[in-house]
Amino acid sequence: MPCDEGWITMNVIARSIDESSEAVPEAVVVRFAGDSGDGMQMTGGQFTLSTALSGNDLATFPDFPAEIRAPQGTLFGVSAFQINFGSSEISTAGDQPDVLVAMNPAALKTNVAHLRLGGLIIADSGEFNRRNLDKAHYDANPLEDGSLARWALLAFDISALTLEAVKPFGLGNKEALRCKNMWTLGLALWMFDRDRAPLIQWLKDKFAKAPLLAEANIAALNAGHAYGETAEIGGQVRKLHIDPVPSAPGLYRTITGAEAISLGLVTGAQLADLPMFFGGYPITPASAILHHLTKMKEFGVTTFQAEDEIAAIASALGAAYAGALGVTSSSGPGIALKGEAMGLAVMTELPLVVVNSQRGGPSTGLPTKTEQSDLYQAIYGRNGDTPMPVIAARSPADAFECAIEACRIATQFMTPVMLLTDGYIANAAEPWQVPDPDTFKPFPAQFLTEANGGDGKVLPYKRDDKGVRPWIRPGTPGLMHRIGGIEKAVDTGDLDYAPATHQLQTDARKEKVDGIARHIPAQAVDQGGEGGRLVIVGWGSTYGPIRQAVRRARGRGLDVSHIHVRHLWPLPANLGDLLRGYGKVLVPEMNTGQFKTVLRDQYLVDARPLNKVSGQPFTIAEIEAAIDAALA
Amino acid sequence: MNQMTTTLKDWESDQEVRWCPGCGDYAILKAMQRVLPELGVDPANTVFVSGIGCSSRFPYYMASYGFHTIHGRAPAVATGIKLANPQLDLWLVTGDGDGMSIGGNHTMHFLRRNIDAQIMLFNNEIYGLTKGQYSPTSRPGTQSPTTPLGSVDRPALPCAFALGAGARFVARGYDTSKALGEVLKAAHAHRGAAFVEIFQNCIVYNKDRFADFTEKAVAAEKQLWLKHGEPMLFNKGTQGIALDAQKLTLKIVDVVESDWQGAGVITHDVTNRSLAHMLVELPMDLFPVALGVIYDDPRPTYEDEMLAQDARARVGKSTDLRKLLGKGQTWRVEG
Repeated sequence: MPCDEGWITMNVIARSIDESSEAVPEAVVVRFAGDSGDGMQMTGGQFTLSTALSGNDLATFPDFPAEIRAPQGTLFGVSAFQINFGSSEISTAGDQPDVLVAMNPAALKTNVAHLRLGGLIIADSGEFNRRNLDKAHYDANPLEDGSLARWALLAFDISALTLEAVKPFGLGNKEALRCKNMWTLGLALWMFDRDRAPLIQWLKDKFAKAPLLAEANIAALNAGHAYGETAEIGGQVRKLHIDPVPSAPGLYRTITGAEAISLGLVTGAQLADLPMFFGGYPITPASAILHHLTKMKEFGVTTFQAEDEIAAIASALGAAYAGALGVTSSSGPGIALKGEAMGLAVMTELPLVVVNSQRGGPSTGLPTKTEQSDLYQAIYGRNGDTPMPVIAARSPADAFECAIEACRIATQFMTPVMLLTDGYIANAAEPWQVPDPDTFKPFPAQFLTEANGGDGKVLPYKRDDKGVRPWIRPGTPGLMHRIGGIEKAVDTGDLDYAPATHQLQTDARKEKVDGIARHIPAQAVDQGGEGGRLVIVGWGSTYGPIRQAVRRARGRGLDVSHIHVRHLWPLPANLGDLLRGYGKVLVPEMNTGQFKTVLRDQYLVDARPLNKVSGQPFTIAEIEAAIDAALA
Repeated sequence: MNQMTTTLKDWESDQEVRWCPGCGDYAILKAMQRVLPELGVDPANTVFVSGIGCSSRFPYYMASYGFHTIHGRAPAVATGIKLANPQLDLWLVTGDGDGMSIGGNHTMHFLRRNIDAQIMLFNNEIYGLTKGQYSPTSRPGTQSPTTPLGSVDRPALPCAFALGAGARFVARGYDTSKALGEVLKAAHAHRGAAFVEIFQNCIVYNKDRFADFTEKAVAAEKQLWLKHGEPMLFNKGTQGIALDAQKLTLKIVDVVESDWQGAGVITHDVTNRSLAHMLVELPMDLFPVALGVIYDDPRPTYEDEMLAQDARARVGKSTDLRKLLGKGQTWRVEG
């Protein structure tokens, strides 16, 4: 079939908006936006926690600038945090906010276009002065000129109200204004009937050494809450109570992708019965993993901040050689630097886990935005024929299992493994049912302890029936041997450039990694039937919007299924047959069509792309519209 | 650690040595295989780690554990090995291109952190394996395939670089020197990163580069062998090194009838960092070449301090995975 653009051309689709609903909404999307110094991420994070504690399902999306403290009041300095919470299952951070909290004109300008028609704007009128309006390129004050008529507007001087609330504590003006975010949070908690107690406790803990600041922040929080409850602010703000979502019984907590990966790696190391060595170098958005693991030393974790990305992976590989579970983590540019060392890990056949928290590329690209454009790099991005397994996490909670799976494959098959996540998963939070460690299947690593060849000879590259060589720890008596990046003779591992040797070993390395397909779960269909008119094939963090879009389309009676692939290399053994059962295959990706190309190459199926590279996740509406177009 | 009895043969691997006949690397390999039995160390506990280059083939020829890594990265790989198993006795083998150019960053940080290992930098002032291009230690005017008109950049001084990076042990030797074994022994005795620059003759691309001080005929006059607590004498005791107090530099003085004190010759103190800086920077054309242990003043190693800190961090902490997973604020959904 020719690659016509008939049924899919898309990058982004116009959305269809349902504005009829007057009933209590199933879910509410709130977006907090302000200066990057205003504490928006913290406000959002705390709102998330109180939402989770109230039993709502939720998803969050932090959206912040690359600059740590961009100049105050500017458009590029706006930091935002979006949360979607509600009584039905939530798997995305929401397409369009229902409520926008804008702490200054720049925050309003950069975010208001996304607000649902008829949605609510809460603005701090105290910040809408001439100076800030100029910085945001507003000629007239939008709070006064009627330009926000499409939305409900609630503007009051949050700055002044906050200053008044914290007056008794005698803080300086600057410090007092820092409590603004707590005031706003108090109002939001009131609007959505959230409990303040956990936040008050959190503030007391956070400011344990400065009780005055704790009291001031608590006062601001209470004042915001009281304002919502008592002030005469018109009918726009209706107190919303979202019923808790029914969940499987068990213990829950909220978790970000970075936390989930850290916990998964620690769990994986324990299941492999190995100490873990983590070599890292600071890079956005991957650094959080190093931060988390540094606090888990009691689980046999050693963390090392290396001098650069190359040293980070090289040290992890050295630790793997010495018998530890070696792990390194980075983002695209750092992964590029690690490429040669990954080749060495493939060549020496040592276990290693490489985590890539993808961000927008190429080069420095969009450091704080999300993208899935490192798939080719993960699967193919090394010199030589260098096969390496690749796994992708689909959500913060799923990242936990994926990290364990990466540890299992690395140690059981003596190979580096790439674990793909992205900026969205790394930073986003969702409720997570705390798993029972007793349900995990251990995969203890085996080390060679005595010679495996005749005459007491050690054969470091003698392969077992899965093509896997033994792991030999230096320090083991009688097993001295040399390894390296040069092509090696069969069994002995001695230097050998002979043509037949290179052919044999290249084939053996490929067969070993291909063979992993026999030791991973068969591909399941997430929603819909095995076979049908259309299948949406996704990987990674597009899971949420695809799941919801397919759910809605199926609710409308459309014949569409959803397959979400975790094992990207090698692919599950049944995937090709599965895909051939559908009339059309659509692959939404936050890149220009990389997995689509892999699927075409591997299975000769007519997979079609749905691409978005704006640094923002897909919305449900975008995918739903693509489903409609494909089935039209 | 238990002393182990081995012979030179126990340290020779079964691999064919593939350096050019006459290469200085052969002499260094033999010196190493001769010294290790004297140290009483165990081949099973010894690891040679190298990067890329002629010198980096070294691990294949040692009957110990060995890891031939990638260009410039041996110090980084070795760091991971040492942190994962601090008991291992680590030797790094690198060259002027591997250790000072592509891997200069790792060399610097390995020395700065002070990880317990011996680093042997074979300096032949040329790229050998890639066929004769000039290197970061080549002298100005070096003609090579990439600098047919002669190189114009100033060379790096490996020992000065090492001191600048914070090394606590710096020594020098050369391939065919009988004293090389003693230098290697001193490096091994030093706990921490021990940096040894070994001048090595590349007989194909940079033949006899160091003959101006290694040749027998000039050795006495051009070699200053340093010993802690002994006067800095050379040329059969007829000349010595003294301090020029006005210029704050070193100078050569004549010693008459062994009265080195009268001539103002200074005694070597391996713990004197300022002296070490002056010794490694002595211009080769005007002074003899400082050889032997130039600086040796141990400090706690990175792995000791880091592992001790880790151990303290673990005190009293639960290792219950269940508790870790369920940490923080949680809620329960009832069935």
